[in-house]
Amino acid sequence: MTEPVVASGVASFAWLLLALPAFGAAVLLIGGKRTDKWGHLLGCATILGAFAYGLALFFSTVGISNPEQRVQNLHLFDWVHINALTVDFGLRLDPLSLTFVLLITGVGSLIHIYSIGYMAHEEGRRKFFAYLNLFVAAMLLLVLGNGFVTLYFGWEGVGLASYLLIGWYQYKPEAASAAKKAFLMNRVGDLGLAIAIFLMFNRLGTTQYTEVFSRVKEFSSAEILAITLLLLLGACGKSGQFPLQAWLPDAMAGPTPVSALIHAATMVTAGVYLIARSHPIYDLSADGRLVVMIIGGVTLLIGCIIGCAYDDFKKVLAYSTVSQIGYMILAVGLGPVGYALGIMHLLTHGFFKAGLFLGAGSVMHGMNDEGNIRRMGGLAKYLPITFVTWTLGYLALIGIPPFAGYFSKDAIIAAAFTGEGWRGYVFGGVALLGAGLTAFYMTRLLILVFLGQPRWKELKSEDGREYHPHESPLTMTIPMIILAVGSVGGGWFLSSGGRLSGWLEPSLGELKEEHGVLSHGVVGILTVVLAVLGAAIAFLLFGRGKQPVERPARVSFPVRAARADLYGNALNEALFARPGTWLTRALVFLDLKGVDGLVNGTAALLGGSSGRLRRLQTGFVRSYALSMLLGSIFVLGALLVVRFS
Amino acid sequence: MTPTYYLLLSALLFSIGAVGVLVRRNAIVVFMCVELMLNAVNLSLVTFARINGSLDGQVMAFFVMVVAAAEVVVGLAIIMSIFRTRRSASVDDSNLLKY
Repeated sequence: MTEPVVASGVASFAWLLLALPAFGAAVLLIGGKRTDKWGHLLGCATILGAFAYGLALFFSTVGISNPEQRVQNLHLFDWVHINALTVDFGLRLDPLSLTFVLLITGVGSLIHIYSIGYMAHEEGRRKFFAYLNLFVAAMLLLVLGNGFVTLYFGWEGVGLASYLLIGWYQYKPEAASAAKKAFLMNRVGDLGLAIAIFLMFNRLGTTQYTEVFSRVKEFSSAEILAITLLLLLGACGKSGQFPLQAWLPDAMAGPTPVSALIHAATMVTAGVYLIARSHPIYDLSADGRLVVMIIGGVTLLIGCIIGCAYDDFKKVLAYSTVSQIGYMILAVGLGPVGYALGIMHLLTHGFFKAGLFLGAGSVMHGMNDEGNIRRMGGLAKYLPITFVTWTLGYLALIGIPPFAGYFSKDAIIAAAFTGEGWRGYVFGGVALLGAGLTAFYMTRLLILVFLGQPRWKELKSEDGREYHPHESPLTMTIPMIILAVGSVGGGWFLSSGGRLSGWLEPSLGELKEEHGVLSHGVVGILTVVLAVLGAAIAFLLFGRGKQPVERPARVSFPVRAARADLYGNALNEALFARPGTWLTRALVFLDLKGVDGLVNGTAALLGGSSGRLRRLQTGFVRSYALSMLLGSIFVLGALLVVRFS
Repeated sequence: MTPTYYLLLSALLFSIGAVGVLVRRNAIVVFMCVELMLNAVNLSLVTFARINGSLDGQVMAFFVMVVAAAEVVVGLAIIMSIFRTRRSASVDDSNLLKY
C-alpha cells in the first residue's frame, strides 16, 4: 500500500471537482423557473469546468516522476468527531480516482451536451440538468472520498440522483415504479456496505482507507470473509449484479442520456470501483474472491441470455450493461491478475456503451420515442451519423480488433483462464461463451434497427403519428462522434505497453501476469472467432427475409424464460415480495386482534364495570345517609376492635 | 348526678336523630333530626368537658352551635327553593342527581 502524501499545488484545489457540479445543482434547484433560460448552459459549464480541472490535475499527477508520490491526500475538514468515531472529510487523489474523475467528467460532459438537444422539448429541462449535476457531484465524491464513510455518502447521493432521474417521467406508472424498484433494490446492497463499514469500525476504530488497508492484517479471517461478501453485496446492488440485477433494465424508463451516463457508463460501475478500491481486503481472501468471480460469471451469462430475447432497444443494451459489468466483476474477482483489467474494461465500456445508448437515444428521438426494435429496420439510410457511430460502438462491444472492447475483454477472458484446476476452465469458458452471445444479441440489434427492410412505413406510433426518422441535431451527434472515437482507439491506447496498468500501479498494485490453461494468443483468436460466429448466426437468423412486427408468441422454452428475465422478477416476488406481503398481513392481523384487542379490551372492561358501578348512585339522599352511617359505624367498630383487642 | 346519664341521654338523642334522618321523608323533619343529632353531640361534648374539668369541650360546643345556626339558614333556604319549584318537601322527590 502506498502511503499518501499531502496534496499540494494544483491538487490542493481538488475540492473544486465536487464544488462545481454541486454549485450548479444548487443554483438550478433553488433558482427554480428563473434559471430556465440558461439552466442547461450552467449545467454544462460546471461539468466542463470540472473536466478541465480534472485534466489539469491528471497531467500534474502524471508529471510527478516518482509513482509513489502520485497518491495524494487532501484533508478538507473534520467531518464527524464523536468519541471514538473520527471521520475526516478528505479527498484521495490517486491514479485510480483520477481515472474515474476523467471518465465521469469526460463522458459526463459529452452527455450533458447531448442532453441539450435530447431534452430540448422537455418541460423542466433545467431540473434535469440540476439532477445530472447532482449526480456528477455525488459520483465524484464516491470515487474521491478518502474513507469508506465519504464513499458511502457519495454512494447514497448517486442512488438519490438515480432515483430522481429514473422517475423523470413520473406521470408514467412504469417509470415511477422503476424508480422505486431501483431505490429499494439498491437499499438491499447498501445494507451490506453499511454493515461492512460497521465491521471495520468495530475492529479498527477507523474507516479511512489508509488506516484500514495498512492494518488489514488485524482482522480475523472470518471477518475478512464477511467484509468481502458484504462489500460484494453492496457492489451487487449498485452494479446490477445477480441476484440484484432486476432493477437495472427497468431503470431504462428514464431519459436516454440518464441511461447512458448513470446506468451504463458511471454509476453502475461503482461496484467495480468499490472492489478494486478495497483490493487490500480482497487480496487476503481467496474464498471471497471466488464468490465475486461466481457472481460475475453468473451475471454475465444472465445478461447475455436475456439480452438475446428482448425487443426493447434500451433494455437489450441494459442487459448488455449487466453482462459487461459481470465481466468487470469477474476481472476484479481474479485478484492481482485482474484489478487493472477490470478498470480498463470499465473505461472502454464507459465509452462504447455510452455511445451505444446515445445512439439508441438518437434513433428513438427520430422515431417518435419508439423503443421497440421490431418496429424499426433499415434506419441506416435515415440516420447515417448515428448508424456509423453506433456500429463503431457495436464493434467495440463485441470485441472485434482493433476496437476498444477487444483489448479489454480479451484480456479479461485470458485472465479468467488463469485460475487453478477447474476454475480456469469454468470461468474462462463462461467468459468465452459470453463473448459469443454478446456478438449474437448485438448483431440482432444492429440488424433489426439499422439494416434489413423498413418495417415502420405502414405503422403509426402510440400517439398516432407516422414515423419520420431523421438525423439528430449537432449537439447530439458530436458527443456520439467523440465517444465513437474513444470506442475505436481507447482500448489500444490504454493497453499498449501496459499504459493503464502501469499508471494504476500505485493504487492497485502491480498487474501480475500468469499463464493460464490456455495461452493469451489462443484466447484472443478464440474470442474473435466466437464473436464472428455469434454475429454470423445472428445474420443467418435475422438478416434474411422480413422480420415480423409482432413478436412471435409461440417460442421455445429458453426464449420464453429469457423474455421473463430468466424468472428473476418472479423469483424475487416469490422469495421476498410475497412472503413480505404475508408477513405484513400477519402483523396487521396481530396488531388488530392482539395489540388493539388488549387495549380496547381493557377500555371495554373498565367502561362496562364502571357502567355497572354507577347504578349505586340512586339519587335518594336517605340511602346515602344510610351508607354514611354504616361506614361510620364500620370505622368506629374497626377502631374499637383494634384498640381493645 | 353521674355524667354517665348525660352520655346515655346524648346517645339516645343521637340515635333518635339518626333514625329520623333515615326514615322520615319530609325535608323539614329530616332537618330537625339533623339538629337533634348536633345537639346530642353538644351534650356529650359539654359532659366530657365537665368530666375532664377543662373548657375545650364547651368551646367545641359553641363552634357546633355556630355551624348549626349557619347550616339552618342555608338548609332552610334550599328547602324553600326546592319546595317552590317542585311543590313538595319530600326528600325522595328531589332525586334527579343520579346515574
